[in-house]
Amino acid sequence: MRRREKIRLRPKHGLIIGLVVCLVLILISFRFNKYLYPVRNAVGSAITPMQKGINIIGTYISDGLATLKSIEELAEENKRLKEQVDILSYENKLLLQNKYELDELRELYKLDQKYIDYPKVAARIIDKDTNNWYNVFTIDKGTRDGLSAGMNVIAGDGLVGIITECYYNHSKVRAIIDDKSAVWGMFLKTSDTCVVQGDLKLMEEGKLRVEFISKDAEVEEGYEIVTAHTSPNFLEGILIGYVTGIELDPSTMTKKGYLIPAVDFERLSEVLIITELKEPLLTEPPEEVSENEQEK
Amino acid sequence: MNKRSKYFLLLRILIYFVEVIVFYVLQSSLYRFFNLAGAMPNLLIILVVSSAYMRGWITGMTLGFFSGLLVDILFGNIIGVYAMIMMLIGYLTGFANRIYSKDDFTLPLVFTAVADFLYQFLYYVFEFLLRGKLDFSYYFRKIILPEIIYTVAASILVYKLLHMINHALDRNEFKEE
Repeated sequence: MRRREKIRLRPKHGLIIGLVVCLVLILISFRFNKYLYPVRNAVGSAITPMQKGINIIGTYISDGLATLKSIEELAEENKRLKEQVDILSYENKLLLQNKYELDELRELYKLDQKYIDYPKVAARIIDKDTNNWYNVFTIDKGTRDGLSAGMNVIAGDGLVGIITECYYNHSKVRAIIDDKSAVWGMFLKTSDTCVVQGDLKLMEEGKLRVEFISKDAEVEEGYEIVTAHTSPNFLEGILIGYVTGIELDPSTMTKKGYLIPAVDFERLSEVLIITELKEPLLTEPPEEVSENEQEK
Repeated sequence: MNKRSKYFLLLRILIYFVEVIVFYVLQSSLYRFFNLAGAMPNLLIILVVSSAYMRGWITGMTLGFFSGLLVDILFGNIIGVYAMIMMLIGYLTGFANRIYSKDDFTLPLVFTAVADFLYQFLYYVFEFLLRGKLDFSYYFRKIILPEIIYTVAASILVYKLLHMINHALDRNEFKEE
């Protein structure tokens, strides 16, 4: 406690003074309201910037919190959208496949024009082997559709293979790239004959072997090889592919090389079957025995 | 008063001034972010009650008067209404100073609750009752009670803060005595 003298203000008196002041203020503001405007203005203008500042900070923080909250929502939405994307992607793939099919059918139609003299039936590959390159595959047409074993199968730009087994509503086709396949071919430009053989090792590279080219044949890189008229199974004139890497084989005194097939075997899905069978030449044995099974 | 006391008195006045403005600004601008069930803690009431409890009726009365005056100027139609209410609250709470104990934190909460109720009630009287809206129980449930609860909850923190400030000032002022 202080030891000095001081005027003691009794609480009661303080209250009375305070009340009086307040009442006076009330009366003044009641009477002279409009004079108070500058006072309000001054005080308000001083306070407002502080309020604005707090508001900005508060908004900033609450936006940050809302962002955190919405991160969870965004993660949810992201998951949902990803699933949707997966579904759409799948649907898109289906559409693209349809488009490929459409393009191939268009190509076949063009091809149809090229080999217009041969009657043809279109079919789709319904079963492929485990590797990408179709060496033996199944098509969705069979004896029901007028097919039989031995019929040539073409696609896009050229020869695909031959029907080896023909059932009621499906058939087995061996592609020319298969190890067991051998096609008698002919250089379009020079009419030199050769043999086009499928090779398991070369299958990966997308090539076939070309052998028994006459050593005197004037053939060069990129020449087209078509089916020869001497081929017992294949109708003549069907494009097989383009020759590459020609060299002389010393052991047989013939030229050999590689063939890049005209058909893209990796992406095969639609084929045409020429329903006209090659009339067998009696002087030569057939290359393979084909079985014709009737299945109900 | 000697120079030192004067110095500290001015310091206190300055601090009160800042506190009043800061509390008012916070109370009004943070409504958007902190309101629960439409209620916002009445920080000025906490300030008035806490100061009155810690320092006595003079402090309580003046703080109440100026807090109320600030609110009046910025909001009220007639200046002096809130000033009077807050002043009364500060005055009455000031008597609790006699039972002030540095370590007690529950008594201020009680006073805050009572004071806020009084404040709200008087507010109701002036703004609603005199205009014929008599449904007190509705106002009580929906408006008065949430605010009292929220204010008391906030006062736990705010009182602690004010107490620390006051304690620091006291310690420094009476260091040599």
